[in-house]
Amino acid sequence: MRFVDEYRDAGMARALAAEIAARCEPGRRYTFMEVCGGHTHTIYKHGLEDYLPETVTLAHGPGCPVCVIPMGRVDDAVHIAEQPGVILTSFGDMMRVPGGRGSFFDAKAAGADIRMVYSPLDALKIARANPDRRVVFMAIGFETTAPSTAMTVLRAAAEGLDNFSVFCSHVLIIPAIKAILDSPDMRLDGFIGPGHVSTVIGCEPYEFIAREYGKPLVVAGFEPLDILQSIHLLLGQLAGGRAEVENQYARVVPWHGNRVALEAIGKVMRLRPHFEWRGLGFIADSALGMADEYAAFDAERIFDLPGIRVADPKACQCGEVLKGVLKPWECKVFGTACTPETPIGTCMVSSEGACAAYYDFGRFSRERVREATRS
Amino acid sequence: MSTEPVTEQRQAEWAERAVRESAAGQPDDPGTPYAGREQQVLARIERARRRRPVVREERITLAHGSGGKATHTLIDAVFLEAFRNPLLAPLEDGATLSLGTARAVFTTDSFVVNPLFFPGGDIGDLAVNGTVNDLAVCGARPLYLSAGFILEEGFPVADLRRITASMSAAAKAAGVSIVTGDTKVVERGKADGCYITTAGVGLIDRPALGPPPEGSPGLSISGARPGDAVVVSGPIGEHGAAIMVARGEFEIEADLASDTAPLHDLVAALLDALPTQVRTMRDATRGGVATILNEVATGSEVAVVVEETAVPVRAEVTGVCELLGIDPLYVACEGRFVAVVDGAYADRALQALHGHPLGRGAAVIGRVVADPAGLVLLKTTFGGTRIVDLLVGDPLPRIC
Ligand code: SF4
Repeated sequence: MRFVDEYRDAGMARALAAEIAARCEPGRRYTFMEVCGGHTHTIYKHGLEDYLPETVTLAHGPGCPVCVIPMGRVDDAVHIAEQPGVILTSFGDMMRVPGGRGSFFDAKAAGADIRMVYSPLDALKIARANPDRRVVFMAIGFETTAPSTAMTVLRAAAEGLDNFSVFCSHVLIIPAIKAILDSPDMRLDGFIGPGHVSTVIGCEPYEFIAREYGKPLVVAGFEPLDILQSIHLLLGQLAGGRAEVENQYARVVPWHGNRVALEAIGKVMRLRPHFEWRGLGFIADSALGMADEYAAFDAERIFDLPGIRVADPKACQCGEVLKGVLKPWECKVFGTACTPETPIGTCMVSSEGACAAYYDFGRFSRERVREATRS
Repeated sequence: MSTEPVTEQRQAEWAERAVRESAAGQPDDPGTPYAGREQQVLARIERARRRRPVVREERITLAHGSGGKATHTLIDAVFLEAFRNPLLAPLEDGATLSLGTARAVFTTDSFVVNPLFFPGGDIGDLAVNGTVNDLAVCGARPLYLSAGFILEEGFPVADLRRITASMSAAAKAAGVSIVTGDTKVVERGKADGCYITTAGVGLIDRPALGPPPEGSPGLSISGARPGDAVVVSGPIGEHGAAIMVARGEFEIEADLASDTAPLHDLVAALLDALPTQVRTMRDATRGGVATILNEVATGSEVAVVVEETAVPVRAEVTGVCELLGIDPLYVACEGRFVAVVDGAYADRALQALHGHPLGRGAAVIGRVVADPAGLVLLKTTFGGTRIVDLLVGDPLPRIC
């Protein structure tokens, strides 16, 4: 795994940290949002904040696939799983996301047949192996995972499988970023753009952020050095009075995106007029549903869903955390009522969620630890 | 953000209840300056973590078997609650008993691994080595084992023979006899092939581990103190990684074999070299090395600081873990232990371990400091610092 190590080199990190510090204007504070949960995870997992000057703050964004799933949607999925003959398949991360009546794990323990899969193709395999059962795939994620869901549906259609469907809960990154930009609490100086999503959509869709909102955005890779480098680039733009879209992750992200993937999405899915996001409420044109041509694979049309909206618990501040307005620990129930073991909010579930990442990796006082670990 | 007319809206009752219950008994102190607030929140979390755990779930989930947080909660809130006694309460790998003038260790372990046969071993040697190792890390010389089998109707007798043959070989290698046993058969579908439970008895025949005046305070999870060194006996995570690959769910090919092995000899070598300077030992099974380090940190009220670059992990294991997004620190071993030793004797401990074939890859991976008590901190390869917490949920059920 040598190819990873070169992006985790402590010596290079120290050099970059010095350059970052040098680029910071004295007395000025900077807040950058990493939009993607994968970045949040990397930042905490490697202790990246140790390299940043105190004046640079990272705000964690909404790009964690399970964090944005509202409780009512979980309840609907559980309802599907409880129908006779149904096997519900889902990514592992989704299993512990709480709904109004509990999580997939709770439903599974109570007798529903819910299975973890690593890709939608695994769900298809289960459908082929169980022709007498109805196999539903809980499809979540941003543009990163939507293409594989779409291709799976195309494959199922080509094979003529009639016992496979998708509970489509894919969401889009641009409307979420726009919602944050339009939010009155916005105090961001720039964005660390999502690497994986951008492999699909490319860099062009972000241009309005620079043009209309005057904020720089750097699409970044997922290794810790990638993130430090993008912060360096963001500071460079700010110092030069520029606001542009830059691509730090050019080794993977093509500027124009992946046409094949986008076409698959366009064929199988359609834009929903609105969709509820956990903590953020309804956002217009922010999610994908199944296209009419593929209604036969649409779990929403196959099953009669209760579709009941479950209000977020009053104490829950996931919305503020997803918008980067609050640090995870500023939520009133953080670490007491809401822990990774018994999550109340979604940000506490996946290791890409800001609350879980902070709780699992960053829950300590840096000053005290610096004392303790001085060698 | 647009709004959408909502037809029907409900509350998540369980969540409101959890918030109320947690809020009762911890008033927030208002009016404090912002700068210190994160610290206060951290202190509040530590207090919350020290409260008696409660099992919130109405049913057992797979997470309860993970060896992580949910398992600890279940043990504390259900088993310890029901069986509470001074021998069980320390929750060591085995119970140390006084039988007449002799001191014995008694332990038990169940095995549900899937698949039953995997590169490097099978459920049979796992079941013997697991119990032998639990005895060994308690400082005992393993002597006698029991074996209970739960078999599924239809299970091939040839497979059972294969399993018992490897149990017999493992017992011979560990110098123990399997002296009693039991067999039950359940209907097809009510179990998955073969489950094995072993129990074991061993003798503590080292005066140095006996009670004072001759002995040290003995081995105890509460014995670690600042200045101690943390040692692992070899590269970690091989059993778990081998099982993951053997399941064939990930379409990964890697040249990996389980590390399952009896550790009594290696432990004896360490205790010969450091008769009174070993504070505690645990074999790193389910939940991996990270889980043990957390048990040390909470059990001894100390902080454990681990250097990621010092942790021995084979490249194949790193590769598999990287692909699956799992940290090798959490991956099960079946032939490795973690020892906390007096820091001044760390080199001598390594010397003793390196002199044994099973300990060639032993390394000092960290040290014990006083503050922040109860936490395991990792200095990452990248040069940052983070916590290594107990795992929630189960990335890989039925690993042993
Ligand atoms: S602590 Fe829990 S409820 Fe609060 S923001 Fe985080 S996930 Fe949401």
